[in-house]
Amino acid sequence: MALPAEFADLEPYLEWDLATEPERYAKRLSSTMAEMQAFYDAAFPRMEEVIAYCDKFSLDDLPEDARTLMHIMQSLVMVSFPIEAWKQARVPDSGAAWVELIKEPVI
Amino acid sequence: MAHFTKPAEGSWTQHYPELGTAPVDYSDSIDPAFLDVEREAIFKKTWLNIGRVERLPKTGSYFTKELPSAGLGMSVIIVKTKDGSVKAFHNICRHRGNKLVWNDFPHEETSGTCRQFTCKYHAWRYSLDGELSFIQQEDEFFDVDKSQFGLKPVRCEVWEGFIFINFDDDAQPLAEYLGPLAKGIEGYPFGEMTEVYSYKAEVGSNWKLFIDAFVEFYHAPVLHQKQYTAEEAAKIVQYGFEALHYDLQSPHGMQSVWGGQSPPADLNMVKPMDRVLRSGLFGPWERPDIEGLEHLPPGVNPTRAPQWGIDSFLFFPNFMLLIWAPGWYLTYHYWPTGVDRHIFECSMYFVPPRNARERLAQELAAVTFKEYALQDGNTLEATQTMIGTRVVRDFLLCDQEILIRHLHKVTGDYVNKYRANGDERLRDERASAAKEAHNGSTR
Repeated sequence: MALPAEFADLEPYLEWDLATEPERYAKRLSSTMAEMQAFYDAAFPRMEEVIAYCDKFSLDDLPEDARTLMHIMQSLVMVSFPIEAWKQARVPDSGAAWVELIKEPVI
Repeated sequence: MAHFTKPAEGSWTQHYPELGTAPVDYSDSIDPAFLDVEREAIFKKTWLNIGRVERLPKTGSYFTKELPSAGLGMSVIIVKTKDGSVKAFHNICRHRGNKLVWNDFPHEETSGTCRQFTCKYHAWRYSLDGELSFIQQEDEFFDVDKSQFGLKPVRCEVWEGFIFINFDDDAQPLAEYLGPLAKGIEGYPFGEMTEVYSYKAEVGSNWKLFIDAFVEFYHAPVLHQKQYTAEEAAKIVQYGFEALHYDLQSPHGMQSVWGGQSPPADLNMVKPMDRVLRSGLFGPWERPDIEGLEHLPPGVNPTRAPQWGIDSFLFFPNFMLLIWAPGWYLTYHYWPTGVDRHIFECSMYFVPPRNARERLAQELAAVTFKEYALQDGNTLEATQTMIGTRVVRDFLLCDQEILIRHLHKVTGDYVNKYRANGDERLRDERASAAKEAHNGSTR
């Protein structure tokens, strides 16, 4: 899915266009910190502009490119803990604990 | 030094003298025989919350709930009937005992909408009200009175949109059981908060030990400090934790807690993502624009503290309800599956977002919850293992851990009462057996 022209700089990160939490969480665990850092460094500064762009539409009726942008922003939220807090992909001190998301609103 | 006023007795714990202040023994969390009695005395006798009415939007909407906590294989169907009421039935066909409602895997919960329930095995049919309406090749049977073979009902009542069931036909009505703490929060706009995120985990600890972790916030500045800068973490640890207020209305209890981070006093306390989305561990900072949040029911923020952040209720045995100042709520449930295992469920309920900004703020709150739940879950497995060694039997609890002391006392009371009644039942049986034997020998 192509992004709107003004967000073309995010196209290298389309692999983060993931609609559900289990997909985003799995992607986080299988990514290196360097990969997540590159994604974060590119996408985080654009967050306000992405929100402004998506807010032009109704949430229930987003055009495809805006949906993709929202999925990328959801992935950005997902990597914010590894990048901003934990300095690792996994939650520290979480050992073998596993928490599964079983219901979420999907954009 | 206390930041908030305590009761005249000097502490919250001493305000409830029946609790005592002595160290507590957690044998109730490692003894398999104790769990066997908990099943009978608690999970088969008290009102259990199994979800919200929003899961049943129309006539014929149903879901199933597996309840191993109340006995191996226990399973219930909850359905919205034609007159709009919610009913519950044991999930078993009256013909030869097949599980009535399930999909590919009989032990997995399911949901949907139907006109009637049809058994997979021989196509017996039951109406939404549980009446047996159709028997395949009925004339092969022997004068069946279908009115006598409906689904086995389970008591089911609804409070403020929360559906509860009770396996005890003689139990007191739900509202009476929930008591004044529930009464005090009636009218809160739970029904407006329909944007739901749910999590589930299988945790390697006794169900009460995880409740213990979530009914005290004394741990929060320590266990969860890695999200802060070292300097902020040190400040928070030094400040420690104190609740605004505790209220025990046995068997239930609640605490009211100050606000912390919605929004944080100092923006440097929180992550850059939290600052952009104005959200985080305490949920979105902006209160949604709906009726009912301006003037809260008297039981929400009961002390009317301006710095209020969360009210956390534990409705015995295993239903926690947390109401957050910025206008959302969450529920926790803990379902024992073994003395050292339970299923943990969490659902977060928000007012549906109006735009991308609100949607992402909620997303961040949901993601943040999982990060902390993983830490909490893992800590609990470590606690369970070590208590299980029985190397130490008496554990200290501080005043901010009063709800833990209360939970273990109430649980013990239910179990002891059941055991005492059981002994009585046994004595009666023995007495009548002896009498029989005596009569037999003299005859």
